Amino acid sequence: MSAVAGTHAQDHHHGPASGISRWLLTTNHKDIGSMYLIFSFTMFLLGGTMAMVIRAELFQPGLQIVQPEFFNQMTTMHGLIMVFGAVMPAFVGLANWMIPLMIGAPDMALPRMNNWSFWLLPCAFLILVSTLFMEGGAPNFGWTFYAPLSTTYGPPSTTFFIFAIHIMGVSSIMGAINVIATVLNMRAPGMTLMKMPMFVWTWLITAFLLIAVMPVLAGVVTMMLMDINFGTSFFNAAGGGDPVLFQHVFWFFGHPEVYIMILPAFGAISQIIPAFSRKRLFGYAFMVYATGAIALLSFLVWAHHMFTVGVPLAGQLFFMYATLLIAVPTGVKVFNWVATMFRGSLTLEAPMLFAIAFVILFSIGGFSGLMLAIAPADFQYHDTYFVVAHFHYVLVPGAIFGIFASAYFWLPKWTGYMYDETLAKTHFWLSFVGMNLAFFPMHFLGLAGMPRRIPDYALQFADFNMVSSIGAFMFGATQLLFLLIVVKCARGGVKAPAKPWEGAEGLEWEVPSPAPYHTFTTPPDVK
Amino acid sequence: MRVHAQRVGALLGGLLFPALSMADWTVNMTPGVTGTSNDIFNLHMTIFWICVAIGVVVFGIMFWSIFAHRKSQGAKPANFHENTMVEILWTLIPLVILVIMAIPATATLIDMYDTTESDIDIKVTGYQWKWQYEYINEDFGYFSNLTTPSDQIRNRQAKGENYLLEVDNPMVIPVGKKVRFLLTANDVIHSWWVPDFGVKKDAIPGFINEAWTRVDKPGTYRGQCTELCGKDHGFMPVVVKAVPEEEYNTWVADQKAAAEKERELTQKDWTMEELMERGKTAYATACAACHQADGSGAPPAFPALRGSAIATGDMAAHIDVVVNGVSGTAMQAFGGQLNEADLAAIITYERNAWGNKMGDMVTPKEIFDYKNQQ
Ligand code: HEM
Ligand SMILES: [Cu+2]
Repeated sequence: MSAVAGTHAQDHHHGPASGISRWLLTTNHKDIGSMYLIFSFTMFLLGGTMAMVIRAELFQPGLQIVQPEFFNQMTTMHGLIMVFGAVMPAFVGLANWMIPLMIGAPDMALPRMNNWSFWLLPCAFLILVSTLFMEGGAPNFGWTFYAPLSTTYGPPSTTFFIFAIHIMGVSSIMGAINVIATVLNMRAPGMTLMKMPMFVWTWLITAFLLIAVMPVLAGVVTMMLMDINFGTSFFNAAGGGDPVLFQHVFWFFGHPEVYIMILPAFGAISQIIPAFSRKRLFGYAFMVYATGAIALLSFLVWAHHMFTVGVPLAGQLFFMYATLLIAVPTGVKVFNWVATMFRGSLTLEAPMLFAIAFVILFSIGGFSGLMLAIAPADFQYHDTYFVVAHFHYVLVPGAIFGIFASAYFWLPKWTGYMYDETLAKTHFWLSFVGMNLAFFPMHFLGLAGMPRRIPDYALQFADFNMVSSIGAFMFGATQLLFLLIVVKCARGGVKAPAKPWEGAEGLEWEVPSPAPYHTFTTPPDVK
Repeated sequence: MRVHAQRVGALLGGLLFPALSMADWTVNMTPGVTGTSNDIFNLHMTIFWICVAIGVVVFGIMFWSIFAHRKSQGAKPANFHENTMVEILWTLIPLVILVIMAIPATATLIDMYDTTESDIDIKVTGYQWKWQYEYINEDFGYFSNLTTPSDQIRNRQAKGENYLLEVDNPMVIPVGKKVRFLLTANDVIHSWWVPDFGVKKDAIPGFINEAWTRVDKPGTYRGQCTELCGKDHGFMPVVVKAVPEEEYNTWVADQKAAAEKERELTQKDWTMEELMERGKTAYATACAACHQADGSGAPPAFPALRGSAIATGDMAAHIDVVVNGVSGTAMQAFGGQLNEADLAAIITYERNAWGNKMGDMVTPKEIFDYKNQQ
């Protein structure tokens, strides 16, 4: 590792290579970070387009635009692309760009592996998206791909889907190993663990979660592969297998996975709120402990996704209590963010607007999570639009707003120019209104009894579905504005100083903007 | 609590969409018609108000900071950044609230799991895409299919009042009795849900799950399948009619007599015309969802029957596919789902409809013998 870092240090006077080979062969953490972010945004638009198809079909009762077969492919691909293609790679991109800058390291610890873990992703998604054009269509069994719908009854393309998941898993594991190796070995002298920025902490913990659960995901899809192609019966009751086993294994991956999608956002928000409050993060140590507690507890709550499956009473109670417990450290985080703002000196630039919206709307998602954790009530909520509302509240204004906040916060560092604040605020307000219009009514729909994953619905659900679709179109269209803002910012504008935000703290603000191709070739001193 | 619900409804509906408040803007869960559903509703409202209270406090402080502690208002940042007491306090208070919440939730859950001492047992089996209800103590059973016409779904006809929530044969239960459901599935996982009862349980192939209800108010209650089960997941509603006990008893007697009559149909001598006529209707309910009314199918998952090798080939092979299904595909074994008359009628129909001109027929008796040989 140190050998690699050493050679890098020697050729620090080189700029980037030119042409396509710069991107294909690069081992530079900034280039790779940019590629992750661009890839993620592309997937965000693709997954978003599918969401538009879904919302267009649900605009009115009756089947208008697509057939139920295709509708199911859209919901499945939308979920898979957003989770594995948009949210996860965006955080890896941020990690690549920011972790070395924040801990004063010259690059990631394993730069060649870094290149490889990025380039696996386009391959995986090419395979996944190509299933749309295969005979029998793309996967149509939901992003949770419950057996036996996805095995005995799956379309022929399921095997390709499994292959794609395997590749994504390899990519994620390599990314996670890289983060751990970097954070544990390459911190500048004087930067003890308890001095690390929150973003680095949350990513370190996320990386351990990834290493723990991605192999479980790989295991479950491999069992599917065996069932489909090699005559085993892991999940086939007729052959002595157990369809419920699938769900246990899947959610043992799946619940930590939802925290994988939110912890890095927690970290970014914990950087941004202090910066725009001009006041240090309240309760840093507790924030670290809370993140750790969430990560540990996240292994003990998986069956809260399975309350209606017929888990025995004792199991049901255990998972209800454990799930309620996980709300406690989550609450601590929210309280600490509010305490950070309290008696600060606030300004409301775009990153802060997204961060504040994050705190409010993520908390609403946490509240509905708390409601879902009450097992008897979950019998009414489960697999209705109430759950859809819950996870979109934690993922859209949670993960996605966290990513937007980070992007605006660090864009000046990446491009060397300030983004257009007016446009960014417009982006914020349109996203905010659009997303609430799209997802808040889903609570009502779920409580009124509308199941999720249906292409058509009874008449009493018509009104709120129409509202929701309008909100979704608004949110979707608004994201093109983000593209415009970023392109505009990358091409020029007001030059950004090294530290464009008055209250920001951290090593990343000590290098010039844009950050030079090679930074911290000699480690900085951390007091 | 019910008052609360209405108040929230009125408040949210009124606040958000005043101009549209004439439409159906239901915003809350229904308290339902059983003890369980009422318990759940109370839990739901309690936790909802707890969340609202926490939200008001936390967001209140936050908005106060956003308005009062602005740089543009001349706010100077304070210096504090930790306070162990406060941290411990806001770890413990939520913990206590959650423990308080967990107590009634535990009690309700224990009650929901108590499926003993039932008066009536009904086996519920999920199929792609219909439900089968078997009254296991009474020796009869039947399928419950969606009746909303395809023309309504495809917007060629005005939609009816119970669009997508109507079936040919609803489940019938007596009021005031404890009814136990034994749930399983024949193919993929389904989930049986009646919101008004507070009953939702997955129907899983190879497993038997239990749930129960006691309905006090006669009426027709509607729900849907809530576990994604393939293409027509959105088109397999649950309808339950709760009726007074005498009415239930008469209904059971009628069902038993009808079941007996069905069995007699097997023995009757059938003509080609009779089989074709019966076949057309039976095909429409049992087969058309996949193979389409005109036999064109939806390849490759659902092959066409018009001109197909099976439907225009050897009779024995055709009977085998329909009776025993094709394992590893969506083609189910219909031998156990349909009676002999329907099986014979469907097979005959498939061989002689949509331009298939085999000219041969199979009688219910032959199917009966075929099944017995196996
Ligand atoms: C206070 C913390 C939280 C609690 C108590 C909680 C609780 C729950 C429960 C009980 C369910 C299952 C609902 C059902 O299917 O019936 C659920 C679903 C879900 N939650 Fe959370 N949740 C919390 C936070 C989060 C976070 C932070 C995320 C992600 C960023 C998240 C993402 C999801 C997703 C994606 C699902 C649905 C998965 C699916 O069925 O497709 N949740 N949550
Ligand atoms: Cu979970």
